[in-house]
Parts: sequence; structure tokens; C-alpha cells
Amino acid sequence: MKVAVVVFPGSNCDRDMYHVLTDVFHLNAEYYWHEKELPENIDAVILPGGFSYGDRLRPGVIAAHSPIIKDVKKMAEKGIPILGVCNGFQILVESGLLPGVLLKNESLNFMCKWTNLIVENNKTPFTNQFKLDERIPIPIANGDGRYYADDETMKKLNQKNQIVFRYSEVVNGSADRIAGVCNEDGNVVGMMPHPERAVESDINPIDNKPSSLIFESLMTKMGVTK
Amino acid sequence: MSLEEQELAELKSKIGRDPTSTELQIVAAEWSEHCSYKSSKRHLKMLPMDGPLVINEKGYDSGVLDVGDGYVVTAHIESHNHPSAVEPYGGAATGVGGVIRDILSAGTRPIAIFDGLRFGDIETDLQARWLFKNAVTGIADYGNCLGIPTIGGEVEFDECYKNYALVDVAALGFGKKENLIKNHAKKDDIVVLMGGSTGRDGIGGSQFASDSLESEDRSAVQIPDPFIEKLIIEAVLQARNDGLIHAMKDLGGGGLSCAISETADALDIGIEMDVDKVHTRESDMTPDEIMVSESQERMLIVTSKIKLKKLEEICKKFRIGCSVIGLVKFDNQVHIKKGEKTVANLSADVVANATLLDLPSKEPSYLKTIEDEQKFKPISDYSALMMKLLASPNIASKIWVYGQYDHEVGIRTVVKPGTDASVLRLDNGKYLSAKIDGNPKQCYINPREGAIGCFEEACRNVVCTGAKPIGMLDHLQFGNPKDPEIFWTFLESLKGLTDFAKFFKIPCVGGKVSLYNETPTGSIKPTPVIGVIGLIDKKPSVPQKISQDDCLLIIGDTKNELGGSEYFEYIHKFVGGKCPTVNFEDSKKHMTSVLDIIDKNLIKSAHDCSKGGLAVAVSEICMTNQIGCKVSLDKVPGEKLDVDRILFSESHSRYLLSFDKKNISMIEEILKKNKVSFEQIGQFGGNQIQFTNASKLIIDLDLKKAHEIWLHALPNLVLHGKKSV
Repeated sequence: MKVAVVVFPGSNCDRDMYHVLTDVFHLNAEYYWHEKELPENIDAVILPGGFSYGDRLRPGVIAAHSPIIKDVKKMAEKGIPILGVCNGFQILVESGLLPGVLLKNESLNFMCKWTNLIVENNKTPFTNQFKLDERIPIPIANGDGRYYADDETMKKLNQKNQIVFRYSEVVNGSADRIAGVCNEDGNVVGMMPHPERAVESDINPIDNKPSSLIFESLMTKMGVTK
Repeated sequence: MSLEEQELAELKSKIGRDPTSTELQIVAAEWSEHCSYKSSKRHLKMLPMDGPLVINEKGYDSGVLDVGDGYVVTAHIESHNHPSAVEPYGGAATGVGGVIRDILSAGTRPIAIFDGLRFGDIETDLQARWLFKNAVTGIADYGNCLGIPTIGGEVEFDECYKNYALVDVAALGFGKKENLIKNHAKKDDIVVLMGGSTGRDGIGGSQFASDSLESEDRSAVQIPDPFIEKLIIEAVLQARNDGLIHAMKDLGGGGLSCAISETADALDIGIEMDVDKVHTRESDMTPDEIMVSESQERMLIVTSKIKLKKLEEICKKFRIGCSVIGLVKFDNQVHIKKGEKTVANLSADVVANATLLDLPSKEPSYLKTIEDEQKFKPISDYSALMMKLLASPNIASKIWVYGQYDHEVGIRTVVKPGTDASVLRLDNGKYLSAKIDGNPKQCYINPREGAIGCFEEACRNVVCTGAKPIGMLDHLQFGNPKDPEIFWTFLESLKGLTDFAKFFKIPCVGGKVSLYNETPTGSIKPTPVIGVIGLIDKKPSVPQKISQDDCLLIIGDTKNELGGSEYFEYIHKFVGGKCPTVNFEDSKKHMTSVLDIIDKNLIKSAHDCSKGGLAVAVSEICMTNQIGCKVSLDKVPGEKLDVDRILFSESHSRYLLSFDKKNISMIEEILKKNKVSFEQIGQFGGNQIQFTNASKLIIDLDLKKAHEIWLHALPNLVLHGKKSV
């Protein structure tokens, strides 16, 4: 199985994600520069965090027009698992693959802190190893992480089970404390917190097992054994 | 923005003719205090700079330490005081950018940023509040975008920085020893300018930084663009991996003038360059402007014609500028042309080596009476006083600051900010700890002992993580050096740091001198800021969460030395008294003992006693662990003192150890063997922070209330102008 880590100008969590995929979960991962094409044999795509194009105009909006996004969309249609983390989530939203928008945090500041997620949907390729309502200690690090969607979209998100993660507390003013959502088919997931920063006990001061389940879910979906 | 009269005469006599206008600009930039260190250089040599781990190569802008297994750590410190005082957002941001490029130019990837920030009294001064808030945002926006974690620093407020700002930035890099750039140049090599375009921002920045701040010359402040810097980091590291870089230097103070002349001087070569080849932001820039522009995010690279094509491909991939601006010659001349016309032609040695000054010094008269104490009003309610101290800007939690910095990116941060020192994991299984510390209040009272204290405090912080200090960075910030009294304080601080560094065999691996830090109301207090880097061989065992019935032990004597303490200055509004001094022998015994105790995994946490003394240090442990504690002041070792002095003395070399009581005999054994003064002074448990003296309750704080006040006091003040107590 092969995981593509897409790199945009200004991505800065690409190396962290690659390390986790290869050194921690022993997966076959490869970087793909935003101007490249994604080959057919890719089994999952991850858009890592960072400041693509320096957050100019609006976080993720320029990257959403990168050549590689065309291929990401094709993969999404084929049902291939796609995960966007932080800026990757913002790019997925800006490219129309996920509903809603991400606004400036209520504090108007960049926020770096540990918080807890609650799993709301355990049917996606990134959450199938969780029990519903399971908690995940995980750090956030963003300036524009406040999820917002209009009433109609919110209704649909609830009806179609598209809310994947909620924060356990009010963190940044996100609508309904939403931290992550998926598309209707459930194969495209976006989340603001950083799972790649929480899967190793060395750097996770609380518990690294829950976050690891995000990657283990993907491995289960792909039929890869640990 | 020009040379002084005798400097001009000297230049004329050295080159035997009148300089051209471009030559004047180049020399004025390079001979400025900022670039030439002309006042300080002859004295800085006293610092020990060599050690078994230090790797010295010519032309490095950062210090290099060998951390074993083929890996190196690089370190550097810089400040951006003048620009930040005028335009705090851009000044602080470009301060980060500059030091990051120094780390990059050795060929290492930057892995951590530290900030030391100093402003006027934010409780009363709205300008100081504005400067503080915007400097923090500037650092956050720049460092976060680069994806380099900001993992430590310090924030301090003092009247002496009124209408001014000290913004110090230190950075660490990490890489393979084999990938270090070995600066050299070969015949027919070319000089490439890579990165952002050259514009009219930051013109004369280094001279601006070398004068007293009299005008709000905003055009002398550089404009930050972290996105370009991020692209440069990735492009340079790729070029390094491909072996395309013969020599490299970042463009900082003095712009191209300094980068060209210093590269030529360091490599013992000449460089011929054409200003028309520089990619500029505006079309009508003069040669003088191009040579001294301090536009950010630019690197100078020496490479060969054959390697150029690959370098251009990398720059194209990242869409950053890449101009061949010159050729390497072997005539030791800095030859600047505009097309075919020569606009400057000087010996690199003349440009890069300003005549060093030997400034007079004289002990300041204020020091004669500074140790005299006045009589203080007796304290009626120590609990109320404690709450006031916990809410004071210098002691209140700085989570509002570091919470805006991404301190997790890079997935190395093992011990997070908010403790004594953060810890990073390295690729060879070792761990790195680092901290920067300053204490202008103590340095004002005794420049020598104060500077030593900063050095020891940084060491203590690193030792509290279990790391052995392996290198130091010094940043010496003073007022106008031409004032003999100020220059005396500079020399005293330097001598103190030198003595400590030699005794502990901690080499100085990098530093910076910033002079002419003058405010409208006078010179700043002497402000040396010391960074200490420590190494741990195995995963740190501290801090662990403290639980019910754990014990608290203090190492080191508490002495009657409250000069410069928060208690004297914030509570009694008194500047003076005796500054704490470090006994080197005791300091060494304490460090060795703490490291041994941590290595044997006998404690849950070690915390140093510094600002606010014992009372604040104990409260910090309680608040971060969410547990109460009962401390007996009568057990605290040291001379017999009044209660307020035991609580708030800022004596050095003291550590608070928290541990499971089953380990007490093993800990005592080590301390007794090393002849260390220590005492078990308290026990954890409950929800109150209590201090007793001969069983009389002196301080009784509700843990939750104290924590709330301590946590929110700073944002309440900065954002809402509200004092919490």
C-alpha cells in the first residue's frame, strides 16, 4: 500500500507526517510536489499542515488551485481515503471537497495547545478502529481553525453523519465544537488538530494510543497488518 | 548614515584617494557598530570559545557543537531592538528571520526558536502594551509560518525600557556533520544572490541600529515575508544535499555590502559584482541603495558555473529569485560595478575590518550607594501580597505568549514550554535542552554578579531537565558605549561571564553585542541575555506529575540578597540592595548533584528558584501540578533571616526537588556525599499553598484561585487593560 503526502509551497508538517507514516507505522509513503501528477496506484492521500502560500488571500485558497488538486479530486471520486490535517483541511474545504469554511479563531490569535477530541463518526477510513464518543488527546496549532457552515449545511452534516470529530470543550468558537468533518461518502476527512504530533509517547504527554488509531484505521481499511 | 570625520580620514589614507559615494555607503554600513563590533571586539576575545565539542570553520554565522553519532547542533542569538521599538511587528518578525538564516548558512535545518522580550511597565504604559502585543504577533506569524517551533524564552517589563523594546531571538539548528558547509571558493566560481528581491526597505538599517533611537525612521525597518524564507530554507537544504554550495552567507545588517565584503575577507578572495544583475523590487534603485538595502530573505551563495544549472532548477521549483551577480577573483578586492562602470573598488580587508576602538571606562557613581537599603513598611498580609506578586507582569504565567507560538511542529518537543526549559529529541537518541535568561534589575545593581547570575540561572534551568550544559550564547545589550560609565558596565558583565564560562568549561559558541540602546529617558539597564544549551543522553525522566504526600526539598542556602528582586522592586518600589552572588564551588556541587539525582531517576521534578524567590517557585510547582503544599520556612537552610527575606530572596544555586518519599534516603546520601546544603522543607497534598514559620501560618492560598490569577493576569492586562489584583 502506498500513501501520497502532498507538498505545497509553504507546507511545514509534511516531514512530520512522512516520519509518522514510515518510521512509526512502517507504511510506504512518498512526497508529491503540488505540480506533479498522482499516479494511479496510490492507496491513500494525505494533505499535511503548514502555511501553503503563506496563507495569502485566505488559508488554503491558492493551494486549492494547484495542479495536483485535480488528481486529488479524481481520487476522492474513486473512494480513495483522503485526509487533510490543519492547512490540509483548509485546502480540502477551499477546493470544494469538504463542506463549510474555516474562520479566524475567536481569540483572533494563533493557538497552540493540547485538547481532546470526541469521535462522532467511526465509519470513515480514519476512524474505523474507534468506539463512538472515544476521546483523543491531541494538539491544535492554527490561527484559522474555527469551523463554520450555514444552517442548511449544518443540518445536512448531522443527517449524513458527516461530523467526524468534536472538541470536548469550547476551544476556538467552532460551530457545534466541530473539529473534523467528512464528505458524504466518508472517504474524504478533514481535521484541524494534528494526529501526527500525538502518536509517539516521547512527545505526547497524555496518551499516544488514541491518536494512533487514526493511522491504524487507515491500515485496517487497506488490509495492512501492524 | 555616514562615517565620522576621523573614520573618513582613515578611509582616505588607507585607499589613497577620495572614496566614491557607493564606497562611502559600503564602508559606513560595514564600519557601523552593528556590523564591525568596533567598540567591543577587542574585549570579546576574553570569552572561552573552544571546547571538545566545538567545531570551528571559517565564515560561520552560528556556533557549531558536535552532539555525537555524526550529528551537530548549531546555535545563534541576535536582537532586533531598534526596529522593534519603531515597528514591533516587522521588527520582531525580521529578527526571527535573520537568526534563522544564520543557522541555515552553516548548512543545518533550524529546529527551534527562543525569544527574549523586554518592554516598559505595561501596567501603566499603553505604548509598552502596544509594543509587547505586536512583537509577540510578529514572532508568532513569522516562526509559525516557517514551521520552526518557538519553544522558550522570557518576557520582562521594566521602567528602563520605556518607549523602547528589546527583542532577542535565539535559534538552534540540527544536521549531519558531513553536511556542514565548508566555506571555500575555487577559481572561476560565481556569486549568486538567492531569494527575495532587493527593495528600498531597511536602507541604512545597521547604522540606524548603531545610533541612539531619535527618529521613527520606519523605512530603516525591514519588511518580513516568512513564506519566502520558508522557500529559501527548503531550497538551500536541497542545494546542500546536492552539493551545490561552496560557500554561503545570509544577508543581514549592511545587506550586500557586508555579505560581499565579509565573504571575500573570510575566504581570502576578491569578489567582482554588478549591481545591474541584482533582482530588485523597484526599477530605479541606485547602486548605493542596492548595496545597503537590508531587504530580508536573501542568501549569498558561492558555487561553480557547472553547478549553477541545478541551483537554478531548485530555485525555479520553489519560485524564488536566483541571480548571478558576481565572480570570484583572487585579488582580495571588493569590486562593485554598474554594467561596465566601476562604482566601488576597495580592499576586502579594509572594508571588513574597521579599526577597533579602545574606549575608556569608569565605574558608575550610582554604584557607590546602590547597596544601601531603605526601611520598608512591614507586611501585614502575606497572602494578599502573594496574590499581587502572582499577578504581576514579570511573574504571571506567560502562556498567553507561548500559546500563540507553534511549539509542537517538527515533532521534537518532548518537554513543552512553561517549565524550566524545553527539551527536544534529536535523531541520534539524545535530547537537547536550552534556555535563555536575563536579569537587568540585578545587572543594574551589580553588572558583574548580575551577568554571572543570568548565566547560572540559564544553567540551572537546563540542569532541571537533566541536561548537562555544553555551550552558551551571550547577547550583550547596553547603552551608548562612548559613555565611560556604560562601557564599564559592559566590561564588568563580560568579565563575569568569562570567569563563569572558564570555571565551568562552557564554551561561548555565539553571541552578539547590541549597543546604543538608549531611550528618551536615558540608557537601558545593562541587559546581558545568556543562552545555555544542554545535552541529555537518554529520555528525560522529569518532569513527572507530583502526587499526594510527595516531598519537597531545597538545595542551597537562602541569603540576605534581595537587590533587584521582584519583592523590592514591584512590592516596595525600591531599586537597590545587595545583588545575589554565585559561589562557583557551590554552584558546581549543586549542578552535579541535581544531575546525578535526575540520572538515578529519584525525583519527579526539579525547579529552580529565581524571580520571586522561594515563595513564587513553590507556588509555580503547585499550580502546574494542581496540588497543594505545606512549606516550613524555619527549615529553609541559610543564615537566620526575617520571613519576607526567606520568602522572596532571589539567591542563586537553589533548586527545589519534588519526589516520592521512599527515595529520601538515597537523595540525602548523594547530597551529603557532595557536601551540599539542603533541607526537606515541605510536603505536597490538599488544595492550599501554605507557608508556615515556627508553626505559625504565614501564607495560605487557595490553589485554584491562585492558579486563575496567575494564568490570566497577563492577557487581562494586555487585552483588557485590567489589573487582576
